[in-house]
Amino acid sequence: MTIKLNKLTKRFGSLTAVDAIDLDVGDGEVLCLLGPSGCGKTTTLRMVAGLEAATEGDVMLGGKRVNELAPRQRNVAMSFQFYALYPSLSVADNLAYPLHAEKLSGAEIEKRVAQVAKTLQLESILKRTPSQLAEGEKQRVAVGRSIIRDPQCFLFDEPLSRLDVQLREEMRGEIKEVLQDLSRPTVIVTHDQLEALTMADRIAVMRDGRIEQVDTPHNVFQSPSNLFVAGFIGTPQMNLIPATLKGSNGDGLADFAFEGEQSLKIKVDPAVSKLSPGAKVTLGIRPRNLEMSVEPTEDSLSTKIDMVEPMGAETLAHMHDGYHDLRLVTDWRVPLSEGDLMHTRFPPDTTHIFTEDEQVLRSAP
Amino acid sequence: MADTASTKGGFGAWLLDPKRRGALLVTPAILILFVMNIFPLLWSFGLSFFNYKASSQRVPRFKGLDNYGDVLTDEKVWERFQTTAIIVSSSVLLQLIVGFLLALLFAKAFPMRRIVLMLVLTPMMLSFVSVGVFFKLFYEPTFGVVSYVLNMFTSEPFVMLGSPQGAIIGIVIADAWMWSPFVMLLVLAGLVSVPKYLYEAAEIDRASKWRTFRTITFPYIKSLLLLAVLFRTIETFKLFDIVYIITEGGPGSSTETIAVYLYRTAFQFFKTSQSSALAYFVLFIVIVLTNLYLYSVNRRAEEVN
Repeated sequence: MTIKLNKLTKRFGSLTAVDAIDLDVGDGEVLCLLGPSGCGKTTTLRMVAGLEAATEGDVMLGGKRVNELAPRQRNVAMSFQFYALYPSLSVADNLAYPLHAEKLSGAEIEKRVAQVAKTLQLESILKRTPSQLAEGEKQRVAVGRSIIRDPQCFLFDEPLSRLDVQLREEMRGEIKEVLQDLSRPTVIVTHDQLEALTMADRIAVMRDGRIEQVDTPHNVFQSPSNLFVAGFIGTPQMNLIPATLKGSNGDGLADFAFEGEQSLKIKVDPAVSKLSPGAKVTLGIRPRNLEMSVEPTEDSLSTKIDMVEPMGAETLAHMHDGYHDLRLVTDWRVPLSEGDLMHTRFPPDTTHIFTEDEQVLRSAP
Repeated sequence: MADTASTKGGFGAWLLDPKRRGALLVTPAILILFVMNIFPLLWSFGLSFFNYKASSQRVPRFKGLDNYGDVLTDEKVWERFQTTAIIVSSSVLLQLIVGFLLALLFAKAFPMRRIVLMLVLTPMMLSFVSVGVFFKLFYEPTFGVVSYVLNMFTSEPFVMLGSPQGAIIGIVIADAWMWSPFVMLLVLAGLVSVPKYLYEAAEIDRASKWRTFRTITFPYIKSLLLLAVLFRTIETFKLFDIVYIITEGGPGSSTETIAVYLYRTAFQFFKTSQSSALAYFVLFIVIVLTNLYLYSVNRRAEEVN
């Protein structure tokens, strides 16, 4: 079983919600559609489920084009953002609901319900109705109603968005465990990058109806393919600083000039030599990669601390050099105070270069 | 002296003092309510214990509960109650069915929906008298629409209101025509309140149309259907205008509802005290019905929460 999207497009009037996206999800693979709200991720999911008709392109389930099939004919399991539990039915009946279409015997249905209830620890609340459940329990029932079936694929729409932080963390682990046992392609829609990074085998980052990058969580974080992904993934956000290339040698040692006279000489990807001096670029470096030094060096900027945010084990410092804002994360033991002048080092090979068309400049691995 | 001046010039001011303004504003309404409603209500309650006739000059004599006894043992009263029950149950049932089907129709979008909806809602905006007259003319044997249409198939003139059954059917149709839109409005409100994602979930879960209706739609409209039954039963129980205009209770007394019988007793036979007793008996039944339904509506509301 696989999901394959081929130039899938959805237009609502003049608005293009999903713009010719291509995507493959393999058997047993968990793919997260991640993006800010309104980027078309839910619309994509609904087109896979059949709740929304595709304007153009193909939805293939198990190698078969299913564009013209109604949701019920596609045999997909989906859990909704608002859980969509049937309010008049007990938890047990909610779980059993998808099984009625399979003409199973009462005993078989009971067996399957008991099994799912055991997996998701719902045994004690089987007789309750949805209105008597806590948010976390509702969420588990919604997941249970999906996994009780053996569908072509599993679809989850913002499965954890309605839970509070602590519960979300707990459920993330539980769901990941459940998902690992599923031998079907799974698509999760989320706007929460932590959710995507922890649960997914691969992440598809979406913006304005397009997929910006599809890769493993590690690669999406370590090697963002463009400015949007770089800025979207990771908290605190990556520092993105406009600069002008002054020159570089072949090994990737390059000189950059910034607005306001300061300049840097740092080791970056050798591909930088393809750019001619004077090219406008954006330098990207994660706050945790920046280092502090007492003395000014070739690879540091002089900055002043605006604000210090303790985050427990680490401290986040907001700094500026008069023209750009910088964020730096350091160990909590490092004494920092507002107004301090300091030098911020860009260690070798930690800085990403984005060219004017917002794409990353990187030599092929 | 200053005192008198202020009291004299200040009666208006005293009256319009913000402390009394609220009371002042509701006074006319309360007065009218008292004179037109509460006083007659209590007065007629008092009358129900005397042998008062509005058409005679005799001084009424106290009879205690005799009038109530007469009403309860009067076979005619029980016959009228039966007639009323037949009309109420068949009319409310018909209203429920028609209103429900109309609501299902109007829950979907179709061209000209708003205009058609307005037309369908018109009957319940009309006055009872005009509805009564409409249907009296429809049923008219010589030139009425109903017999005109039926004459295309048979040559015999069709007298809708000639038989007891025909007359009851005629009244039930008129009443249901008028009030089905009301049921439709309530059911429509219920249908619209069903979250769309529940239907989507049911579609994903491959539930049949019937199961979807039974487990999703019906629970949402159940309480509103009950409310519709409550309102319509109580209202139809007091049905008077339409019956009086279309059949005047005939043929014989076959369509004489309890309300028509009450009117006859009071204003044709002038048995004022006895009719008061009967009116209180009817009021008692309506109150019981109301409480019965309110009880179940409240219980349903608790279930939902």
